[in-house]
Amino acid sequence: MSDALNELATMLELRMGDALVSHEIAHGELTITTTASHLVKMVRHLQQDESLKFSTLVDITAIDWPGRRKRFELVYHFLSMYLNHRIRVKVPVAEDEIAPSLTAIHPSANWFEREVFDMFGILFSGHPDLRRILTDYGFRGHPLRKDFPTTGYTEVRYDEALKRVVYEPVQLVQEYRQFDFMSPWEGAEYILPGDEKKEAAK
Amino acid sequence: MMDGSKGFNDAQTGEQKIRNFNINFGPQHPAAHGVLRLVLELDGEIVDRCDPHIGLLHRGTEKLMESRTYLQNLPYFDRLDYVAPMNQEHAWCLAIERLTGVEVPRRASLIRVLYSEIGRILSHLLNVTTQAMDVGALTPPLWGFEEREKLMIFYERACGARLHAAYFRPGGVHQDLPPALLDDIEAWAHEFPKLLDDIDGLLTENRIFKQRNADIGVVSEQDILDWGYSGVMVRGSGFAWDLRRAQPYECYDEFEFKIPVGKNGDCYDRYLCRMAEMRESTKIMLQAIAKLREPEGQGDVLARGKITPPNRAEMKTSMEALIHHFKLYTEGFHVPAGEVYAAVEAPKGEFGVYLVADGTNRPYRAKIRAPGYLHLQSMDYIAKGHQLADVAAIIGTMDVVFGEIDR
Repeated sequence: MSDALNELATMLELRMGDALVSHEIAHGELTITTTASHLVKMVRHLQQDESLKFSTLVDITAIDWPGRRKRFELVYHFLSMYLNHRIRVKVPVAEDEIAPSLTAIHPSANWFEREVFDMFGILFSGHPDLRRILTDYGFRGHPLRKDFPTTGYTEVRYDEALKRVVYEPVQLVQEYRQFDFMSPWEGAEYILPGDEKKEAAK
Repeated sequence: MMDGSKGFNDAQTGEQKIRNFNINFGPQHPAAHGVLRLVLELDGEIVDRCDPHIGLLHRGTEKLMESRTYLQNLPYFDRLDYVAPMNQEHAWCLAIERLTGVEVPRRASLIRVLYSEIGRILSHLLNVTTQAMDVGALTPPLWGFEEREKLMIFYERACGARLHAAYFRPGGVHQDLPPALLDDIEAWAHEFPKLLDDIDGLLTENRIFKQRNADIGVVSEQDILDWGYSGVMVRGSGFAWDLRRAQPYECYDEFEFKIPVGKNGDCYDRYLCRMAEMRESTKIMLQAIAKLREPEGQGDVLARGKITPPNRAEMKTSMEALIHHFKLYTEGFHVPAGEVYAAVEAPKGEFGVYLVADGTNRPYRAKIRAPGYLHLQSMDYIAKGHQLADVAAIIGTMDVVFGEIDR
């Protein structure tokens, strides 16, 4: 299995040159990294090359890494039903960067890119209809960003007096239960009562 | 004719111009299979454009999962495709097991196969019979739901819940099956093909059913690639693509089953595929039960270790076991950093989980890849040029469930 993946990786390295930034094989899966400017070329090659034939787009998603210089990472999964192998393509994009849309090559990218836009706020150039898809009509913010609170900002209820659904800021009766179960021996930074005295003593 | 073409001599107003008609299909339409809102632009009775509005059932599963432990996240998977809950859990467990490198004991593996196939029958029964209802037949759902009820009782007897099972756990399954349950499932599996024959008799050669389904929603090879189809949407067009065979997971490689394929790729062929798949699933169930009774099929149902609880007897005597149990259900287990994409052949197609772990007790990011999402996406492409009444048949054949599409 990994022999075949190694072969794939070296072949891609030869053919794509600097479009292929890096590659990695882990857990029996091949991951390659490319750049936003090379993405379309790379995907077209993956789709059309007879020895690759990654003809099906399985999934597009993104990961938010707030600490990185390029904050988001777009993750594409491709599958070849003919040659029975899979590949993962990663593209780092910055917060203000616009990624190229794949809708011209894979029409199925349409909703996936709308979802990524909805959830992360990454824009895609050349997308025919970049609307929000999963969130409410008129929703603000991008929920899957790490700085978006899980509770959200607004809540809805039916108002008996106004006879309609009203939007209000979230009011939590108790604080959101975000338990930190990390044990103090495994790297969690707990501030124990009395720790401030240590600072004062210095 | 009211358009003035037959001797209508009054002054013409702008209103009399013929224009396309926009209608809202759903979100409360019984044939919308949940909360689907379709904005349809109709030219007479022909669909010109179809814009599905989804997200009415969006619960933010992926966001919620980021703040919960791996084990706490498991029940969310029951709530995705709630028609076949355990198949979803399976993908989640496989992802965790591949990252942690845990080997599932044989008995657990067999039980998983058994219950995945029960899930497949649950889903196909619902789909086939409600599709029949969408095109005008009332009896099939009544008969089908009776069998679904029996299957859900098997779910209940294994895990205590009819729908939200939380039965597959990382490292195996939660509890062992009692022998009487195996006997009952076996008896059911012998009876079930008779019901399939009955439904067959009602639908397969039924003139109305055929007229409503044959040549509707034809899917070609290029469509499959363009729109990322999987599952029956692929097999209905003659491609024997099944992840259970192509990329075997669990112990599917030791089971004998056929992959039914269609020929024309229309709604009718997909119906036939689903009927045939239910028969194949029944065969797999019988094989699984036979294997579960063999001596090799005995033993523990959880890979005892860091990610699974210690057994009850051990907890009564061993302090370490008690601590481990406590830590497992409060802190949860840690998954080594890495990323993995685990896919299973769910009844509706390829259901995948892309899991990014950062070494803590919670997933950093988990993406759920639902087959219905891609199928529904192509609604505009497939429905264009069909009659309004065919939209119901097409939604039915795509087998959409909003739990997994909206997430």
